Amino acid sequence: MREITYTEALREGLREEMELDASVFLLGEDIAGYGGAFGVTRGLIDKFGAERVINTPISEGSFVGAAVGASLVGSRPVVELMFMDFIALASDQLVNHAAKLHYVFGDQAKCPLVVRAVGGAGRCYGPTHSQSLEAWFVHTPGIKVVAPSTPADAKGLLKTAIRDNNPVLFMEHKLLYNERGPVPRIADPIPLGKARVVAKGEDLTIVAYSAMAMESEKAVIELHEHGLSAELIDLRSLCPMDIDSIVESVKKTGRLMVVEEGHRTAGVGAEVACRVFEEAYDYLDAPIRRVASVDVPISASPPLEQALLPSCEKIVTAALELIGTD
Amino acid sequence: MGEKNKLLDYYRTMLLIRFFEEKVEDLFRRGAIKGTSHPATGQEACAVGACAALGKKDYVTSTHRGHGHMIARGGDPSKIMAELFGKESGYSRGRGGSQLMADFQLGFLGSNGITGGGLPLATGVALSAKLRHTRRVVACFFGDGASNQGTFHESLNMASLWKLPVIYICENNLYAMSTNIKNSMAVKNVAERAAAYAMEGVRVDGNDVLAVHDAVHMARVKAKKGDGPSLIECATYRLSGHSRGDPRKYRTAAEEKEWEAKEPIKHLRKLLLKKKYMTGKESTAIRKEARQIIAEAVKFSKRSKFPDESTLTEGLFA
Repeated sequence: MREITYTEALREGLREEMELDASVFLLGEDIAGYGGAFGVTRGLIDKFGAERVINTPISEGSFVGAAVGASLVGSRPVVELMFMDFIALASDQLVNHAAKLHYVFGDQAKCPLVVRAVGGAGRCYGPTHSQSLEAWFVHTPGIKVVAPSTPADAKGLLKTAIRDNNPVLFMEHKLLYNERGPVPRIADPIPLGKARVVAKGEDLTIVAYSAMAMESEKAVIELHEHGLSAELIDLRSLCPMDIDSIVESVKKTGRLMVVEEGHRTAGVGAEVACRVFEEAYDYLDAPIRRVASVDVPISASPPLEQALLPSCEKIVTAALELIGTD
Repeated sequence: MGEKNKLLDYYRTMLLIRFFEEKVEDLFRRGAIKGTSHPATGQEACAVGACAALGKKDYVTSTHRGHGHMIARGGDPSKIMAELFGKESGYSRGRGGSQLMADFQLGFLGSNGITGGGLPLATGVALSAKLRHTRRVVACFFGDGASNQGTFHESLNMASLWKLPVIYICENNLYAMSTNIKNSMAVKNVAERAAAYAMEGVRVDGNDVLAVHDAVHMARVKAKKGDGPSLIECATYRLSGHSRGDPRKYRTAAEEKEWEAKEPIKHLRKLLLKKKYMTGKESTAIRKEARQIIAEAVKFSKRSKFPDESTLTEGLFA
């Protein structure tokens, strides 16, 4: 199968959905001629014109809100947030409006809206251009949260997100954009809420998503060298979350580790750990382990940033400790 | 519709809003309904004048003080009242309460509990209307307080930049809860703010239903021609408190008296009598009829069931 980058896969997904459905349009900062800060929308203006690839002023609170409004009356906007950190500026429109309108107003109100947000650290962009804020939205009923880790998932999940009749926060990790991988030319949409078993294993279950799924994949290979077989589950979507697949895996391995790039406290890992504790306590042979970012703002300085972030090395160390805790 | 019937229609609707809000305040006082509510008493001309100038297919977005807008747009007073009672038969099946109701069939896309929250939504509705070449116009209600939110400025800028078919209608009732505009706005009038967005801004007497109607009508003609958005400031005054339980200590009795003399329904009644479109007797009959509709709304609400607990988790996602 041909291999393309995560960026190209996203662009293909956008292009295909825009070709299929005239109500899909793109909204965001510098997404037209410039092609977006990370180049995802490059060239789409030439194909679809300025009516469907719309550059906005730097007004996150209002262009995300405008997308919510447009989605209420028959459009399917796909918004780009140049950095996920800026979602703080737009959170009122997502939390107080998009997430609630269908529940409150009923079937007359639907918000088929995708917010693509560029998250993640690793590029020394500092405290306000590096965050992974997805947990805020997992905590908010009424909004779906998707975080693909591979080019194939990026395309397949984006297509599904665009077709979904609900607001979807679609987290893209800036370190993944140049990653290559096999992507089918005709890619089927991938259902939300179905985790992907990346590697089969017996000794330990590792749950991860986004760039940390890639990092965990490296860790699984290293753990093999230590004679350990880890099962790796990529969540793909955080809401809906495929707890069943995790529980099923833990029933087999008896050990769980959750790896995320978000901050440790009240993060996605905490939720996964608790759900497994509630549903598979009897099967656990060891305490659940979380590997996550340290609970401080993300420094720009390379050694400080690395010290804060989870890594393959930290995952391996934690896994070895976990296996040793029997 | 001839002028006479139009004016009589405005009169009926304004009375309906007035009596609705008075009844709601009464029900709160007696503990018959819970939660909170922001009455539009005294601001009826803004809602009625603006909605009368719109087309059937146009859109309306509203605010936390939205009962009047909804009634003016043709919303069912019984379903609004039932929503305040938290009943299954309410517009939002009891999920939204006073501040969150919608009737998409009427193009009424929702009242809104976040001050300034509706401005981006309306702007986006207008963007979609334009992209879909519908020639529909959006009327976006908000208050003086919302014009201090970032969303107001961002939205007006985008709408003007993209020439969107939206009419921003500010009901300036002088107070954001207890804070007078003198202490919250660096400019004297909201309409002045339009200049920053190369937009036309007009200030009208918000207690004069015809003045509001005419301003919105002109803005709508402009929007439909593709000439972009307008900002209309309606100078008005809420005769009640901000929300229930507001003792209004921040206002002087003299100021309230002054505005009571200018209140919109009295104004319209005088006009109708002067023009001989209505006799005193007919006025009494219209008032009685409006009160009857509100009494029915209360009866309907009391009779209705609360939503069943089993429905709690239904419909989170579409």
